[in-house]
Amino acid sequence: MLKRALAIITLLIIGYWLAQGLAGVPFGQDKMIVGRYYLENVKEQTGAVNAVTAIVVNYRGFDTLGEVTVLFIASTGVGALLWRKKKKRTARAEGSVVLKTGTELLFPFVVLFGAYIFIHGHLTPGGGFPGGATIATAFLLLYMAFINYEIPHRAFEKTEGLAGMGYVLVGLIGLAIGGYFLFDWIWQTWNWGHDNIGRLFSGGFIPIIYTLIGIKVGTELSGIIDNMLKEGVSE
Amino acid sequence: MNVPDISVYYFGAIALVLIGLYAVLVKKNVLKILIGLSIMETGVNLLLVSIGYISGKSAPILSEGITASNAVDPIPQALVLTAIVIGVATTAMALSVAIILYEKYGTLNVEEIRRLRG
Repeated sequence: MLKRALAIITLLIIGYWLAQGLAGVPFGQDKMIVGRYYLENVKEQTGAVNAVTAIVVNYRGFDTLGEVTVLFIASTGVGALLWRKKKKRTARAEGSVVLKTGTELLFPFVVLFGAYIFIHGHLTPGGGFPGGATIATAFLLLYMAFINYEIPHRAFEKTEGLAGMGYVLVGLIGLAIGGYFLFDWIWQTWNWGHDNIGRLFSGGFIPIIYTLIGIKVGTELSGIIDNMLKEGVSE
Repeated sequence: MNVPDISVYYFGAIALVLIGLYAVLVKKNVLKILIGLSIMETGVNLLLVSIGYISGKSAPILSEGITASNAVDPIPQALVLTAIVIGVATTAMALSVAIILYEKYGTLNVEEIRRLRG
């Protein structure tokens, strides 16, 4: 009880202090400095309509490569922490009829929706990371509905590695053509899609990189789910 | 002590951070502590996005009549996108540590674990 009261007093002090600090930051006013430049030049420089994805993939592409690496290290870490000599699915209860039928019906559409999200990353809200997470949700559904289901490990690991290598490869082609890593060669050198900004075939390499990221994130998160759901069995 | 005059979004963000911090400070179950950390993270993300908001302007997707002059700041949104992904990665790591803790000690109560470790 004393501990709880102490915690609440601490929280009130921290909350007051945070509010005091934020009172100096006006809400809803224009505070853009760099953002103004991005918004004014995003269409000519990247061909993407969605300024957020243009910043994430094009202006800060190297940062996103680091982000993908962090996710990869996390999935490797989960795999290493939960590594056992022999792992098996130990779930005993089958999914209910509703879950099983729903999974069978919805699985292709969930995957399709995920693919839609990452292919249209330069046009609509979304992108590779939410799209990949949606695809992983489809596999989570399969895991919950069927007690014997496992993802095809070998194929998934290869796809994941190829997608990651593809991202670096796109960057290296940019290095060869334009002189720096992750130079947008499709938009700036080849001039593809300059007359249909706002449609699917535009945005330079953003749809390509986001497709690769989507595939990578989807397979990686499915692997994490697989690692967490299986338990080690003694022989 | 006068109450600072802040917007409802900042208030919500601070409230989420405090709720998460309360769970971290008071709860004893490792899973509840991790849920508290996730709630704190949501609060920080909400704070960043609401700092980038500009009254009366629209999302920074420059189509259908939205030009550079009536879109909100895209940079905080891009940063929050990164933060969410990193958050998922760290949560997955922390959860697998929790799984190992349960396998080793048979409990998720932090005080029990501290006692069993001796």
